[in-house]
Amino acid sequence: MSVFTSLLGFFFNLFEPVFRLGQKLLGSSRIGWLFVGPNLLIISIFTFLPIVANLVYAFTGGVNLLPTQRPYAGLENFAILLECRDYTDLQSCRTDIFWRSIFNTVKFSLIQVALMLFFSLVTALVLNRKIIGRGFWRGVFFYPVLLSPVVVALIWKWLLQSQGVFNAGLVAMGAQPMDWLLDRHWAFFWVVVVSIWAHMGFYTLILLAGLQAIPKDVYEAAEMDAAKPFRVLYRITLPLLMPNLIVVLVLVMIRAVQSFDEVFVLTGGGPGSATTFIVQYIYQTGFAEQIHLYGLAAAASLILAVGLMALTLVQLRLSKAGEAGKVKK
Amino acid sequence: MKRLSGILNTAVGIALMGLASTALADIRVMCYQDGNECEVTADLIKRYEAQNPGARVILDTVPYKTVVEQLPIQLAAGQGPDIARVAEIGGLSKNYIDIAPYVKDRKYWEDNFGSTLPWMRNKAGDKGIYGFLSQLTMTGPFVNKTLFEQAKIPLPGPKATWDEWADAARKVAKATQTPAAMAWDRSGHRFAGPAVSFGAKIFDAKGNVALDDGYKTAVGKFVAWHKDGTMLKDVWGGSGGSSYADTVGEFKNGRLVMILSGSWQINRMQKEIGNAFDWVAVPNPCGPAACSGMPGGSAWVALKTTKSPKEVGRFLDFMAQEAQVAEFASRTNSIPAHAGVAKKGVAYPSAGPAAQAALGVFTSGTATLAPAAYALQGYKYNRALMLPTVTRVTQAIVGEISVDEAVTKIGADMAEAVKQAEK
Repeated sequence: MSVFTSLLGFFFNLFEPVFRLGQKLLGSSRIGWLFVGPNLLIISIFTFLPIVANLVYAFTGGVNLLPTQRPYAGLENFAILLECRDYTDLQSCRTDIFWRSIFNTVKFSLIQVALMLFFSLVTALVLNRKIIGRGFWRGVFFYPVLLSPVVVALIWKWLLQSQGVFNAGLVAMGAQPMDWLLDRHWAFFWVVVVSIWAHMGFYTLILLAGLQAIPKDVYEAAEMDAAKPFRVLYRITLPLLMPNLIVVLVLVMIRAVQSFDEVFVLTGGGPGSATTFIVQYIYQTGFAEQIHLYGLAAAASLILAVGLMALTLVQLRLSKAGEAGKVKK
Repeated sequence: MKRLSGILNTAVGIALMGLASTALADIRVMCYQDGNECEVTADLIKRYEAQNPGARVILDTVPYKTVVEQLPIQLAAGQGPDIARVAEIGGLSKNYIDIAPYVKDRKYWEDNFGSTLPWMRNKAGDKGIYGFLSQLTMTGPFVNKTLFEQAKIPLPGPKATWDEWADAARKVAKATQTPAAMAWDRSGHRFAGPAVSFGAKIFDAKGNVALDDGYKTAVGKFVAWHKDGTMLKDVWGGSGGSSYADTVGEFKNGRLVMILSGSWQINRMQKEIGNAFDWVAVPNPCGPAACSGMPGGSAWVALKTTKSPKEVGRFLDFMAQEAQVAEFASRTNSIPAHAGVAKKGVAYPSAGPAAQAALGVFTSGTATLAPAAYALQGYKYNRALMLPTVTRVTQAIVGEISVDEAVTKIGADMAEAVKQAEK
């Protein structure tokens, strides 16, 4: 420890003349800029600059990548994306695949977030109890989190494809093979299942940590009052776990809207556009199609950003409301 | 003094080395391969370097996907190799550099590559030389002959229609319990051959790409074949967007009687199917308008991003010479796009009997290619038609939209893409 501290001290002492000079030139109140400067520079290059570039692309047209060669298009890209004759009929939209991808993303987010919260909570509650082989089961549920999304998708593809393991099982039992990934309803179902299977362990872990932080004496008091298990869950566990549940909700929501990698490998967004989500639409429009429509992709990503911001505001409001309610009680 | 002269000598030596290295700049070549094309190219490069002391050609072998997805972005950003092997020839034409000033004999190029040089030109009336077609390809069907023999059903003749082929393949599939009769590669290029055969003219009177009843007939027929189980749903229905999927994997596993792929797959068929079953290439089936496949190929093109146009021109001029073209075609089992080499004929010593026969079928099949097919292949925005075809036809196959809606949407997507590309 002392050797480490000495080395650290020596390292920082090397910079002392620089800091002294900085303090002399900038004054002691502004010396902080010298420390945050390098980070600010990196963030500017890799975060702020792409945001500005995205804005430039969203308001320009053509297929050129260089901004100087792109003609100004005003709101044309947004008009192309948002124009529909009848907003209740996706087919009537000028860029119907964009709307389908939005619809799919919303549908996926609602279903997946609800199921993910439910299953993570149930799993965490079970794994928090003194069950046989608890360590093993905790490992089993967390293991998929360690896998790369591409690996997860390939494993499931191997199980679900026409000649996959599941169909081999069905055929062996004398049943007809199923179009697990070729039927749009089944494909959507499996995308949700795979996503939950792959990420549930992480959220379970967060909830498990929350459960273990709940003081034991609260449960002992409830036991002395002969409170029923459901009442304990509803009145003690869930309210005390709420901060963790909100964290999990926010994380699951963000992940759901960002879904791309697993789905892309598993279904390619198909069949048709059944599992095409908004991020894949942006990728396809801007990069995968041979005529790269960067403007359209940038406009779509701006719309996504606005949607995410709105969602974040709602979440902030909800969590603030939750906090306020807690204080009132 | 002695030390000073030593330093001077070293400095002069370094300067001379620098001069030598600037005399012949290194060039980078991006190459993808379906079979062994880059390996053969590497051998030809060694020969070029031996004949041109000081020349250095660096070959980067990359997956096809890299050429399709990353090269255009690199080029748009002003980066990229000096030369690339591309299959999407017209669409990248604005990135090519004219090497005419650096080739020894312009007439040789015009005489031997005259029919395909326009594919690389960006504008009408352009006379530049931007590269050459290294392989001529043609889309066409392959058939599992063993399954036909097992089902005791004769192969339809050379002028058989798509309906006759579908009917025969269906009977074979039923008799042999094969999962499906047919499949076409998931590609708008593959789809275009039958579409032209069914009467699609592709271009209107003004020369603009347009959809007509022929194209609609092809879409309708293809979707119907998926719905009645003639087509294996996995290939087109197994993915979203316009991503490519080929049929050879399913074919080699014996899950299909007939596939529509192309001549570039011959090597792979020979290698991967081996003696598992007998396969044959058959002439493109007919529709009411033609019996056409789609021409295509891959070209070596000189790219604007190069800082060494002279070296690029010299190297491509070497690669385009008859000896190199003949060797490349012979060793890669491909159809040469060089008129002189094609006329003399190419020996394919590494090709087995099935591959030899298939090469013969495809070579003679080039005569039946419809003019509309050539025109579409040379059209620089042909992807604007091909990619939406894949996306929208798949939507119709899986029941998201109807055939009529699919055709309307292909037209709208195409118009939008062309409009943006022309800005």
